[in-house]
Amino acid sequence: MKTFALAGNPNCGKTTLFNALTGATAHVGNWPGVTVDKREGVYKGNGYSVSIVDLPGIYSLSPYTPEEVISRNYVLEEHPDGIINIVDATNLERNLYLTTQLLEMDVPVIIALNMMDEVEKAGDKVDAKAIEKALGVPVVEISALKGKGIKTLMDRANAMNEDRKGETVLKDALKAQLETACTFYKGEDVKSPLFHAVKLLENDEIELKRKGAEEVLKEVAAGEDLEAVIADERYKYISANLSAAKVKANKEALTKSDKIDRVLTHRIWAIPIFAAILFAIFHLTFSEDFLYIGAIANAAGTPLPTLDGLGLSDTVGGMFLGLIYDGVIFSPGVILTNLLSLITDNITLGVSMLIEVCGGAAWVDSLVCDAILGGIFAVLGFLPQILFLFLGFSILEDTGYMARIAFVLDRVFRRFGLSGRAFMPMIMGFGCSLPATVNTRTLADEKERTATIRVIPFFSCGAKLPILTAMAGGILAVFNVGNVDAITFGMYVAGVLIAIAAVLLMRNTTLKGETPPFIMELPAYHWPRFKNLMLHLWDKTKHFVKKAFTIIFASTVIIWILQSFSWNWQFLLQDAQELFESDPETWAALEEVEGLVNVRSDLSILGSIGMLIQPLFTPLGFGSQLNSLGWVFAAAAITGLVAKENVIATFGALAAVVAVSMGTGGYIDWEAETGAVDAATAMIAGTGITIPAIISFIIFNMTTIPCFAACATAKAELPKGKFRWTLLFWVATSYAVSCMFYTVGSWWWTLFIWLAVIAAVVTLIVLRNTGKFDITKIFKRKKKTGK
Amino acid sequence: MVKLLSEFTVGESGKIIKVTGEGKIRRRLFDMGVTPGAELTMRKKAPLGDPIEITLRGYELTLRKVEAACVEVEIK
Repeated sequence: MKTFALAGNPNCGKTTLFNALTGATAHVGNWPGVTVDKREGVYKGNGYSVSIVDLPGIYSLSPYTPEEVISRNYVLEEHPDGIINIVDATNLERNLYLTTQLLEMDVPVIIALNMMDEVEKAGDKVDAKAIEKALGVPVVEISALKGKGIKTLMDRANAMNEDRKGETVLKDALKAQLETACTFYKGEDVKSPLFHAVKLLENDEIELKRKGAEEVLKEVAAGEDLEAVIADERYKYISANLSAAKVKANKEALTKSDKIDRVLTHRIWAIPIFAAILFAIFHLTFSEDFLYIGAIANAAGTPLPTLDGLGLSDTVGGMFLGLIYDGVIFSPGVILTNLLSLITDNITLGVSMLIEVCGGAAWVDSLVCDAILGGIFAVLGFLPQILFLFLGFSILEDTGYMARIAFVLDRVFRRFGLSGRAFMPMIMGFGCSLPATVNTRTLADEKERTATIRVIPFFSCGAKLPILTAMAGGILAVFNVGNVDAITFGMYVAGVLIAIAAVLLMRNTTLKGETPPFIMELPAYHWPRFKNLMLHLWDKTKHFVKKAFTIIFASTVIIWILQSFSWNWQFLLQDAQELFESDPETWAALEEVEGLVNVRSDLSILGSIGMLIQPLFTPLGFGSQLNSLGWVFAAAAITGLVAKENVIATFGALAAVVAVSMGTGGYIDWEAETGAVDAATAMIAGTGITIPAIISFIIFNMTTIPCFAACATAKAELPKGKFRWTLLFWVATSYAVSCMFYTVGSWWWTLFIWLAVIAAVVTLIVLRNTGKFDITKIFKRKKKTGK
Repeated sequence: MVKLLSEFTVGESGKIIKVTGEGKIRRRLFDMGVTPGAELTMRKKAPLGDPIEITLRGYELTLRKVEAACVEVEIK
């Protein structure tokens, strides 16, 4: 089967064409060595099938971003049978710049002239025949969105002659220089010598690594600035030969896009509008009081009735009404979550009954329903809200607004040594770190990328939200202080502040470097396209779904084993009835308990690991100062390393041991034994932890090593050797910051110690960066005297 | 009159005569079509004064003033 590669600028409709070509056959892998998505699929034509590989969107083949390097290497090393070069007909000049480079490779090229319908709509004309004649390769008009011209494109691509020698538009301007360079590369016996030769003349850093190349360049360039000449010649050629192909109609002074842009990037309104849009997305996704109708009704003195008030709480109708309403109207994101949990709860119930009917042992029920289904459903439970969040961000991206946000915010981000583009992955981090980390690929600068990837976990993701709400709920229940919303929001803000501080620190020490350049296309605004949105959405959520069924699945089973067995493999779960029947009082208090309970998890493997490392957390407030049950926090933090959802899930499981050791059901409403807030309440009451220590626990979980899946993604996306340091960075940051929150919260005067430490660190860094104090010099001197 | 792009006011246009700057930035500017001979118009400044937006070769490009300072433009 022949293989064709799709290449083109970003925003030229490449993904749309890829999907139109491959339909359901597409699958996503990774490029060797890096986690840049490698999309592949099969196109079935009349009597032939070809494999299609989607290269990342690029402007040029110079090694500026990882994407450009990947595309270049793919064509040079994997030898596809042809390149389908998608060209946005509405932006012909810049798109053809890449084309002139692709044509220099020894590979057949066909040009797909996309968005012809939009050109015609604007009253302009592009003559495909004229381009075909000028460039000497087939040119086919298509509309990827409407599926027009695709068959012709593929038929002509399939019929292309397989031997094509690279040609360059520079042959007249740089004849002698190219000949010398070509001779050198032919001597080196490489494929596409012309391409390499041109790149060498462009002063390309990859080419210069070849032995002898630098001398050749010196010889032919003779001090001339060939780089500028080449770029200039390419564009000159394009405008000379192709301006005839494009006829522009007289344009009205201000297009629709311009008018929208005037408002959205307005000098005063740009930032408030952006804040409002962002708030609206989060409100639609997370709010349990949609449009604040409930709060408004309360303020007006006529609160809306709750389900209880309507007498519907135990009816079937009430169950369904409860999905969308309970005294307040839920936001769409919350409604979907409720619906999903209703479904998953019933599946768990059904499976549990099935196991009982089939005569399965109680431990099977515990493993399947509590551990496996419970774990998977806990993760899937976030899916509706993640979908909503991504939908919002996809709309912003697809309409072209995201690029404007980067434009508007660049000035702010530059202060921290980043570019406006770093904003997108960071804000995505509030949804899930995985796609956010992958999104950092749009950052060209390696140090900026590394810094961004490292702080993404501090933008508290969807899975960390339950930790925040459960612990905040627990604080409210036990100490009767605080406000769940305020604590949760405060923690989000704290995460962002920590991220800013961390970026500043890194950009001034280990990741020091020039603020990366910000040279970016601002695509024209257009309405989001439904098909594109759905594709984006699927692209971004599939990581999450995959995670639910792989890592979480495995980890919940492992954690269940660690929790349910002692070191000598004694099974710790006990039948509730057998356990408590002899104690009528407790049994009465626990009347709802059925099946197995674990009241001995302090004997479990997990429990003993928790106890072992518990002292480490003493400076953070949830270590040795707690009573004999304090290890539950350490244990929960460990399970959180696998997936943050586990922190609260572990609480649920460990709450039983706390409750029992306290004598009765105590603080736990057994009817809702999995209720996260109840579990957190039991833990807080049972261990005697203080409020500063709880806050410290939340901060620790928020800023420490993220889940396995996020670590795996970070490892793949970070430059070689940086991952170890990143792990260390996460541990150190979370430890230091949590300690600070705990000590300052417990003893206010320690604030001054922390301020002094921070001031000292800042002074040292400033002195070092201004060259007045050189740490490395001191070390060097020591080494010398040591000798 | 020759002026640096970074000193442009909104609405001014001209023809690029020279692109200077450090290797990678210059490379990127070339790749995005900022080459000698190209005509450009300054469209607007971001709300905080920087970066700027220009129209060039039929599309919109944004770059910072630092990078714009690498571009010398002959004003028509």
